Amino acid sequence: MTNFLSLRRLLTIIRKEAVQMRRDRITFAMMLGVPLMQLLLFGFAINNDPKGLPAALVAPAQDRYSRALVSALELTGYYRFTHPQVTAAEGERLIATGQVSFVVTVPSDFGRKVMRGEHPQILIEADATDPAVASGAIGTLGTVAAQALLRESGTEAEAEASAAQKLDVVVHRRYNPEGITQYNIVPGLLGVILQMTMVMMTAMALTREIERGTMENLLSMPVTPIEVMLGKVLPFFVVGAVQVMVVLTAAKTIFGVPFVGSLWLLMLGVLVFVMALVVLGYVFSTLARTQMQAMQLTFFYFLPSILLSGFMFPFRGMPTWAQWIGETLPLTHFLRLIRGVMLKGATLADIAQPLLTLTGFAVFFSLLALSRFRQTLD
Amino acid sequence: MTSPAIAVTELTKRFGSRTVVDRVSITVQPGEIVGFLGPNGSGKTTTIRMMCGLLTPDAGSGRVLGHDILRNQSAIKREVGYMTQRFSFYEDLTIAENLSFVAGVYGLPADAVSETLEDLGLTSRRAQLAGSLSGGWKQRLALAACIMHRPKLLMLDEPTAGVDPKARREFWDEIHARAATGLTVLVSTHYMDEAERCHRINYISYGKLISQGTVAEVIAAAGLVTVILRGGRTAEAQERLTGQPGVDQVAHWGSDLHVIGRDGPALRRAATAVAIATGARVIEAETSLEDVFIQLMGASTDNMP
Repeated sequence: MTNFLSLRRLLTIIRKEAVQMRRDRITFAMMLGVPLMQLLLFGFAINNDPKGLPAALVAPAQDRYSRALVSALELTGYYRFTHPQVTAAEGERLIATGQVSFVVTVPSDFGRKVMRGEHPQILIEADATDPAVASGAIGTLGTVAAQALLRESGTEAEAEASAAQKLDVVVHRRYNPEGITQYNIVPGLLGVILQMTMVMMTAMALTREIERGTMENLLSMPVTPIEVMLGKVLPFFVVGAVQVMVVLTAAKTIFGVPFVGSLWLLMLGVLVFVMALVVLGYVFSTLARTQMQAMQLTFFYFLPSILLSGFMFPFRGMPTWAQWIGETLPLTHFLRLIRGVMLKGATLADIAQPLLTLTGFAVFFSLLALSRFRQTLD
Repeated sequence: MTSPAIAVTELTKRFGSRTVVDRVSITVQPGEIVGFLGPNGSGKTTTIRMMCGLLTPDAGSGRVLGHDILRNQSAIKREVGYMTQRFSFYEDLTIAENLSFVAGVYGLPADAVSETLEDLGLTSRRAQLAGSLSGGWKQRLALAACIMHRPKLLMLDEPTAGVDPKARREFWDEIHARAATGLTVLVSTHYMDEAERCHRINYISYGKLISQGTVAEVIAAAGLVTVILRGGRTAEAQERLTGQPGVDQVAHWGSDLHVIGRDGPALRRAATAVAIATGARVIEAETSLEDVFIQLMGASTDNMP
């Protein structure tokens, strides 16, 4: 074991990194200042109106009325029924895991009520953790549904026409009843901020040693690749912990974002996410030859991860190819995780998927970094 | 321990199509101080890096302290002290922090740091940042750090570049003191006075080992004759001598002119003729190591395609 990983050597490297981090005052200030600044900027600035969001339909009686409703809803451009025939329980699961943004429920007695001219009801549950998702889609609902029924009425005429007017669309804005954008943005910001500092700082890890000429010395000493890697990334867990505290405190006090889930579960997610990030940064530093290149690599990664992860634009509203790219970014999975825990009160089982994916990223990046690390100057 | 500290044969390293080190073989006995000489870019650093496990040779083999340089690089790293050409400790750490980093990495006991500080007279500066040290102190720190784990073999890559004469003298005294206790030292340099302080020297140029042995052996092997022209019009004498048959080098030394060549009789003929013409005296002299190196350098440049 001592040949691959000695605790003494690891602690020695960690101590050295910590001292260097503390001496570099500007960087140190940035690591604490950036989260607050970004939080305030993005937290107050971002808003949006997406279309083509995935929806599930719960309609036990697949009659022509429900079909008319579905096609009318799709025509608005806001809905896309990816799960056209599910049970209520499935619908609940789909919206909880974020696979759909809406669950439209047409009760089994809907057709009968239309024909009798009674008060038919449909229920639209919207995932309002991202209020942008919900607002536009919900705004058009009432009239669309009513007109759909009117067109469909034809021969049965009168009764149905009056039923259409009496149609009652019940909207549940799930998880974020008031549609407050910050509820969505602020937890997402935690992911973005962590990503920014963790990846950028660790991307410098090896290139800084190379540029300062200390790499030759480090390599001439009996340190192993895994010790160097862990020694360089572990100090950032402390930085990450501080940033998490800053953002969560600000989320609560400045933006009043609710925290309905388990803090421990969130911490578990953050831990795995940070692990994936610092190792990813370390991979960059094994690829780049200078700090400048490391920086460029980092930014090359930042842009898609901010745009395609579901932070800026609702993930399900993006074209499929963009969603595929999004799936390869750790931030995407972390956003599902943190929004799930903070806003939906998700359980461990609910976030198992993103958690496992992030773990997979961490393991994959670690192996990649270790295979890239050269113990010689070749 | 009678087996050599370093025994490498035919070491070769290519960077792209350029052969930086070309079939270099070196043997160093335990307790020896061996000089490694050559002009800038001759492959000294690359050779040293291959021997201390920092570079993998493209061809050749060998053992350092009994460890295979191709397969057992980590064992070599543990037992060799390597001082890099450029100061490569952490400038944003203090002297004591740098030393305790080294101590931690080599698994040395906790008091090793204070002992080393004491040994090298660095105790009063322990809290100073390494980056703020002068060249001489940086070199002391680097030396302290690379002998801290009591290596059996020390490889020093141009350790005294940019260091003042007094610090250089002290540095060499330290090296000799360590060698007396059994430490083997391989030191690269292009200072002639330093080469003369070594037990044996290896001269490398354009990646090829050109000459090796004691200083006297290397000088003798070069087969050079040196005469001095003293007095007279030296500037004119230099002009006349340059390019004459038998004359390979003409160099000013104060008011003297050193005239050096491989062909003794031809050299003396030319020198005598010019001395008479410019009113100088001809004095027989010993060839210096520097003269030999200049000669070797010129010769190997000629060999380049």
